[in-house]
Amino acid sequence: MNLSDTFQVTLPSDTEILVKREFDAPREAVFNAHTKPELLERWMTGPPGWSLTRCDLDLRAGGSAHYEWKGVDGSGFGLRQTIHEFVPPSRMVTTERFEMGEGAPMGVQYVTLEFADAGERTHMTMTLRYDDQASRDGALASGMDKGMAASYDKLDLALTGARA
Amino acid sequence: MPDSSPLDATFAALADPTRRAILARLATGEASVKALAEPFTMSQPAISKHLRVLERAGLISRRRVAQRRPCRLEARRLAQVNRWLEDFRRLWEGRYQKLDALLDEMKGLTPKPKRSR
Repeated sequence: MNLSDTFQVTLPSDTEILVKREFDAPREAVFNAHTKPELLERWMTGPPGWSLTRCDLDLRAGGSAHYEWKGVDGSGFGLRQTIHEFVPPSRMVTTERFEMGEGAPMGVQYVTLEFADAGERTHMTMTLRYDDQASRDGALASGMDKGMAASYDKLDLALTGARA
Repeated sequence: MPDSSPLDATFAALADPTRRAILARLATGEASVKALAEPFTMSQPAISKHLRVLERAGLISRRRVAQRRPCRLEARRLAQVNRWLEDFRRLWEGRYQKLDALLDEMKGLTPKPKRSR
């Protein structure tokens, strides 16, 4: 089965988004790609011309993380995480809040990231929980921002070009 | 982007399995409350309550034909919600495809404990 076919996004309740995906790599590698700055910056990307300019990670129970993405025009947004559980290579539980340059502040999201062996593959489950339905819907809608979606496509092209 | 408040009602309406089943039935065509109640072990008033929620959320509309008020699916609203989900999907799948490429690259850098395939 194609890896993209294993990708599922569902709304199991009013306040949750559930994301599932398989990766063709061992659990340690997939976990590292989610938790090491030099690997995260390769795929947890922002809009075109943007880069992950800050990735300060103190990943342990009680630790924290701070990410920032910046654009060429100087604008940017950040993400702050409080780490509740950090269990390599299987589990990470965090509370996250996006810091947008302008506009209404976004609600808090509670994220549970889990990795399990699936034969030689790794099965990932990401559960995003919110305080209420409006926050959940807002988070879902942020994925719909036209500029953002289009920019990811462009970034894919840029990265393909850079590797060639 | 349209105001998000009516969409809250839409998501709330979609959260219920009975209401989703009603929408699935209406996707095949207009139906009366009686016809919609049939597949469920539920009274017509109970179904009517679900229909009011769906109507408020803009997911269905009801017209008046003599004594009857048949229901029909309002596909436009449903399409809007689907588009949100679809764009959220696309955003993350874009990232995960990059992660696939990165993981492949990492395999080349580290010796494998055993050969696969």
